[in-house]
Amino acid sequence: MEDNHANPGGAAHGSLRQYTIGLILSIVLTAIPFGLVMTGVQASLMVFTLIILCAIAQIFVQLVFFLHMSMESEQIWNTTSAVFIVLIVAILVLGSIWIMQHLNHNMLMGH
Amino acid sequence: MTDTTFHNDIQRDDHDHHDYDGDTLLGFWIYILSDCILFASLFATYAVLSSSFAGGLTPKDLFDLKLVLGETALLLFSSFTFGLVMLGVQRKCIKTVYIWLAVTAVLGVAFLGIELYEFFHFSHLGAGPTSSAYWSAFYALVGTHGLHVFAGLLWMAVLVFHFLRDGLSQTNIVRLSCLSLFWHFLDVIWICVFSVVYLMGVM
Repeated sequence: MEDNHANPGGAAHGSLRQYTIGLILSIVLTAIPFGLVMTGVQASLMVFTLIILCAIAQIFVQLVFFLHMSMESEQIWNTTSAVFIVLIVAILVLGSIWIMQHLNHNMLMGH
Repeated sequence: MTDTTFHNDIQRDDHDHHDYDGDTLLGFWIYILSDCILFASLFATYAVLSSSFAGGLTPKDLFDLKLVLGETALLLFSSFTFGLVMLGVQRKCIKTVYIWLAVTAVLGVAFLGIELYEFFHFSHLGAGPTSSAYWSAFYALVGTHGLHVFAGLLWMAVLVFHFLRDGLSQTNIVRLSCLSLFWHFLDVIWICVFSVVYLMGVM
């Protein structure tokens, strides 16, 4: 009973092992993009894609190992709402960039 | 008879209380997700204005990646140490909670210190919030993240007083769990900031 009270529904159920794995993976996924850029690699689509991929991977690592997101029934509403917000954020960010680029193009802002 | 009813009421209250804790955390989670939308609009603004320098300084001239790497390390380790705080809660060891909360706070203050140094340094060199659309967007985005970190630090200080007064009570544990979500969330936002603003800014 007492143990139940320490972990109310939806709360974190972490372990030292989980946090350590999360930390190590995060360090690796931070070191890769910083290493690439700081060694003065030429800017290219490849490098941009790598930076984005490392960022997305690290966000997932932190969601799973630090925020303990999962598909368990106790966590399912946290996860569902987060997936919904990802959709909203994608519409907001990609939509804004898309629209503004077209506006710039039509108004010849580059000239 | 009345005594039994009274007793039952207490039991039910206890049970309800248990459910409220989960609701509180889900509610706070939804606040965090709405905060994501705030940051998404700031990121969208930044992306749209990312080449509007008005002929002034560009991020390539100013950004120092060593400082940013330092900030990233501080925030990442503070996220880890907050995990250790929550492990202390699980083990009901308030001393562990205090120690790691203090370490987390020190790392957070150091992060804010570097960020403020950076802001003053940039402004001094002629890239203040009013210099160009780019720098307005930069200060709005990075500054909002910094304000969140500051709020998290204030919250930690307030919680320490709660812990000193009530110890590891159920209410305090729920409060700390909310702060833990908030702190990890700030690290997730920082991943986006260093990738999009700093790393792509210097390329």
